[in-house]
Parts: sequence; structure tokens; C-alpha cells
Amino acid sequence: MSLEQFMNDAISPWMRETGPENDIVLSTRIRLARNFQDEIFPIIADEKDLMKINHFFKQNYEHASFRQYEDLELIDIHHLSHIEKRVLVEKHLISPYLTKARSAAALVSKNEQVSVMINEEDHIRVQLYFPGFQLTTALKEAFLFDDWLEENIDYAFDEEKGYLTSCPTNVGTGMRASVMIHLPALVLTKRINRMIPAINQLGFVVRGIYGEGSEALGNIFQISNQMTLGKSEEDIVQDLQSIVVKLVEQERDARERLVQHSSIRLENQIFRSFGILQHSRIMESSEAATRISNVRLGIDLGIIENISHRILNELMVLTQPGFLQHYANKILTASERDILRATLIRERLTLEQ
Amino acid sequence: MECNECKKRPATLHFTQIINGQKTEIQVCELCAKKKGYMNNSEESYSLHDLLTGLFNFSSSQIELQNDDLFAQIEELECSKCKMTFNDFQRIGKFGCANCYDAFKVKLDSIFRRVHSGNTKHHGKIPKRKGGKLHTKKELELYRIELQQLIEQEEFEQAAIVRDKIRKLEHKKEDGRS
Repeated sequence: MSLEQFMNDAISPWMRETGPENDIVLSTRIRLARNFQDEIFPIIADEKDLMKINHFFKQNYEHASFRQYEDLELIDIHHLSHIEKRVLVEKHLISPYLTKARSAAALVSKNEQVSVMINEEDHIRVQLYFPGFQLTTALKEAFLFDDWLEENIDYAFDEEKGYLTSCPTNVGTGMRASVMIHLPALVLTKRINRMIPAINQLGFVVRGIYGEGSEALGNIFQISNQMTLGKSEEDIVQDLQSIVVKLVEQERDARERLVQHSSIRLENQIFRSFGILQHSRIMESSEAATRISNVRLGIDLGIIENISHRILNELMVLTQPGFLQHYANKILTASERDILRATLIRERLTLEQ
Repeated sequence: MECNECKKRPATLHFTQIINGQKTEIQVCELCAKKKGYMNNSEESYSLHDLLTGLFNFSSSQIELQNDDLFAQIEELECSKCKMTFNDFQRIGKFGCANCYDAFKVKLDSIFRRVHSGNTKHHGKIPKRKGGKLHTKKELELYRIELQQLIEQEEFEQAAIVRDKIRKLEHKKEDGRS
């Protein structure tokens, strides 16, 4: 497979579009947890119940289309190889949990903007992705998609407690709204350390790019709501919106100050990273993440020219272990991956010139 | 596999006992293990899982140390649909089905309050198809609040319009019922 063709596979179509504040906010996601009223929840359901749900989706939604979410493909998780599962996780189309769940499936739209996880912790987990900062649009679209599913499904819903979920931390709206955000200047100036506790106090969580328990690789943070009961979806999204607006403002301010006060040091750091990416023969994933983040900052600030800023999103995905093995078409050891990672990055950068 | 002792809960602990060369295998649940002294309470280690479930389990150590009567009382809470007990729920931290919310109702608000900053009531989306009646109810609530405000502000003309809207909705509701 050529690198270009491989990249086309790797980058979800929706990721190629640009969105508002795209230089700092990478993507917006809304996730809704839903369950069937009369079915036992997946954690204790038996195989027969789970297959029933799996079949229901196969019969009713395979190759169905709704709005721009066309030709939904039903992927049976247990038919996938280990590497294929990893690739879907790295594209954020499924959760790591789903790869281990019984009779699990995912319904994915052609543009990979919608993915419905089936038999995860809840029967149904709908996820919608949008490029850039588009919380309001994302919520509106998620509601429409949810209504469309509800035409055929009796949701577990209680007048007082809202949407009933397997875990008490999701009950109510069943919604997790999150934003993926690149904050190199706030990290460099250590300002982020003061901001995270403040965000936590507002009931929002700051995590690394691959969700719970992951560190903020490459200065990319994921910010999402923790509370699901007591506030409406619109209010939660509004609060998240104002937090992210503040963060974007602060990040821009920190970038400006860096350029004004330590421009030569900043340039040095950016060009060193660029050089290392262009010439390395071995590259570990955490180093790659940091270097790519620096180069992206350089592109955003106009210090590095003639390279598209999409490169960060692309390389972050391409250099993940699953994708590297998918590209090599075999299982690789950690050190083999580091060599292939370095090669891929070098080739990707030459494609630009 | 069910517990050898109570024959009710699933066995989670498996012991092999060898007395005078005679091997016996014992499968019991945690509760019976404690009652029968297979497990020593004081030597229990505190695992990460305990820490997590501790979030929902406001007084796990307290409950476990109290007498059998209380055990019996708490155990009575069992979901009739999926057979999950409140104890199971506290251990796993997850509900087994939608009906569990009803079955454990009396115990849940304190848990929700802890997890959701003091909230116990949903204030968000209502399913479009299934929540038909609820939509009318919510709409009526909003109109009544509006009406009250208009009356306080002495905007009687506006208030009359809102009052008519309420009447119309109430009629619709009754028609739907008959």
C-alpha cells in the first residue's frame, strides 16, 4: 500500500474538513448512552439477549442512511483481528472496552462521523464527531440522530431520572460532551497547571487524548463534562463552550507572549523538533507526540511555512501502534514500531514538499 | 455457580481445604465466607476496586461489620427482573437493567447526590416519540410559570393569551386520555 493511500484509509473523512478555531480545537464530540427499556443491560445479560440486540441493529440499520450519515456499516467486533480492533480504537470509532465486550458491534457511517457502539457498557452508545469547535451543532445533530433511532426503539427512560444507564455516573442525560484541544503554549508556560483545577471545580474533567487514565500526549487535552444529572444538555454544552472559549483565548495570549518575549528560543525549539522529525531513524511514540506538537505550533505561528496544519491530526493517528502494524500488515515489536514510526514521519514530511 | 452456603448468591470465592489428606472444594459468596469465618475481616486488603465502588458504597465497611439482621434487611432489595441485589450493585457499581432503578429506589438518591453534585432529578431531553405526554406536561409547566410572572407584572393582556394556551393544552391532554 502506498503511504498516500494508507493515509486516506487512516484519516476519517470528517477530519479532513476544517472547523471553527481549528488551529487550537481539533475536534468536538457528543456521546449519548441509551438502553432498551425491556432488555437486561450488557454487563449481566446472557449471550442470547446480546445477540438479539446485535441482530436488531443488523436488521434495522445496516446500510441505512440518515442525513449526511450515509450507508451505516455494521461491524461485528469479534470478526476483527487484533490489529483491526486497535485501528478502530485509534480512530476513536470504538472504545477499548468494546473490543473486549461480548456480542459487540459498531454501526459506522461512511464519513465516519457517527459511530453507534452496540453492547458496550450500555446497549447503545451513539458518538458524533465534528471538526473544530462546534458544540452547538454537534448537540443538535446528536439529538436528531437520537430521535431517529428512537423511532424504532423503546428507550429506558424515567420521568424523574431521565435516560437510565448501567453506570450511575451516566444517568440523566446519558451525555458526554467533549472537546479535543491542542494547548502547547499553555503547557510551555506552565499556565495549564493552574487552569486544570479550576476546570475540575466547574464539574468538567481534563484528560489525555485517549480518554480515561491517558496522559496528555503531544499537549492535546480532552475536556468533558462529568455530571449528567440535574442540568440540561444545552446548559452542560453552554458551560463547556465557555470553558473552551476561555482556554482558546488564554492559549492565543500565551502564544503571543512567547513570540514577543522569547521568539528566538521558541523558533529554536520548533526547528529542532522539525529537524528531528525529518531525520530520525528511531522514534518513540511519546517523543513523536511532543515533536509533532511543536511543529504544529510552528505552522500555526507561521514560523514553518508550506506545510499544512492538518499534519498534526494525521501524524497523531498514523503513528499509533495499531496503525503502524496495519501499515506493515503484521505484528511488530516495540522497537520495530519505533523504526517504522520514524520512517513514516519522514516520508509524510517529504510528501508536503 | 451458586454459593454452597446460602444457595442464593453467585459464588465468588473458591477454597480448597485439605484435612487429613481429604480434599474438599468450597464455593461460597463473600458474605457467607465472612459469616463462616473463611475470611478474616481485619486482613482484608484495600484494592483499587474497593476504592472505586466506595464511591457508591457509602458505608461498605460499616454495613459489613454490623449484625446479621441488617444483612438480611439490605439483601431484601433485589431487582425482580434481573435478580441483581443491592449488594451486587454496590460491589459492581453498575445496574443490571432499567428495573433496578425502581427496585433500589430508596437507596439511590444519596448515591446520585454524591456523583452528580447534589442533583437527583433529570432536567434534560425527553424522548421524542415515547415522551409524548411528558412533552405536554413540561410545556404546561413552562406556561404556568410564564403566566405567574405575567400576572405579577400586571401584563394581563399577555396573561390571557397564555391562559388560553394552557386551556388548549389541557383539553388536548384530556382528549388524548379518553
